[in-house]
Amino acid sequence: MSVIAFYILTVLCIFSALMVVFSKKPVHSVLYTIFCFFNIAGHFLLLNAQFLAIVHIIVYAGAIMVLFLFTIMFLNLNAEVEPHKSNLLKVAAVVCGGLLLLILVSCLKGAENIPVNPMLDTQMGMVKNLGMVLYNEYMLPFEMLSILFLSAMVGAVLLGKKETK
Amino acid sequence: MLLSMPVDYLPIAMMFVVAIGFVLGTMVATHYLGPKRKSVKKLDTFECGIEVQGNARIPFSIKYFLVAILFVLFDVEVIFMYPWAVNFKSLGMYGFVEMLIFMSILLIGYFYIRKKGGFKWE
Repeated sequence: MSVIAFYILTVLCIFSALMVVFSKKPVHSVLYTIFCFFNIAGHFLLLNAQFLAIVHIIVYAGAIMVLFLFTIMFLNLNAEVEPHKSNLLKVAAVVCGGLLLLILVSCLKGAENIPVNPMLDTQMGMVKNLGMVLYNEYMLPFEMLSILFLSAMVGAVLLGKKETK
Repeated sequence: MLLSMPVDYLPIAMMFVVAIGFVLGTMVATHYLGPKRKSVKKLDTFECGIEVQGNARIPFSIKYFLVAILFVLFDVEVIFMYPWAVNFKSLGMYGFVEMLIFMSILLIGYFYIRKKGGFKWE
């Protein structure tokens, strides 16, 4: 059952990721990215990582992609003045992408030889267990996080807001 | 401790299938069932009966972006309430005070934004 779900999710995930690159319209690319994120969230669920799955949907598919849509709309990509990259840039992009692929393949080559830890707790990623660890052991980093949020808010307001005198 | 398995999410997967299936089904059904009368006037795009000027791709105000970024921040904050709410009883008073400090620091940020007029539309 899980194996079938894994294959369905993987096919959809790779398809939508390819469509992000191949679709001509930037807004369609964003929508395909959101679909890809949902599939990755499904993968997280199969790995028993509930919290990551819900974070992926709420924060990435929900909030980050809203920002992406806004950024695309700021770019003013009219059909007539659509920027076309020169051939040199295209070659450079292919080389960079190829190198990244090479690194990924070489990293994952030895992955099947790594022994699985039999003591690993499969329930580790559950929301309940994660909450217990987060709110007991890692209390201080959690509280520091709120200060990080505060500084991010102040930064966003200072940068994005005109000072009214 | 209740053991959770990926199989437990089967009802949610079925819900997704039903939801997507309903949308696709109605779209295909209306495409085939409805009458089609195509004319230049009818396929014209319009805004409240007024003819369109230019296209939709106009650069728009950065004020929307500020609201979007603030939304992301509060969205991430809500994420942290999720494991807290699940463990609310077992954490007891300790966890409650912890979250109270977290929320009050963020509330300072909220009042700062209000004071600076971050939500105001000029």
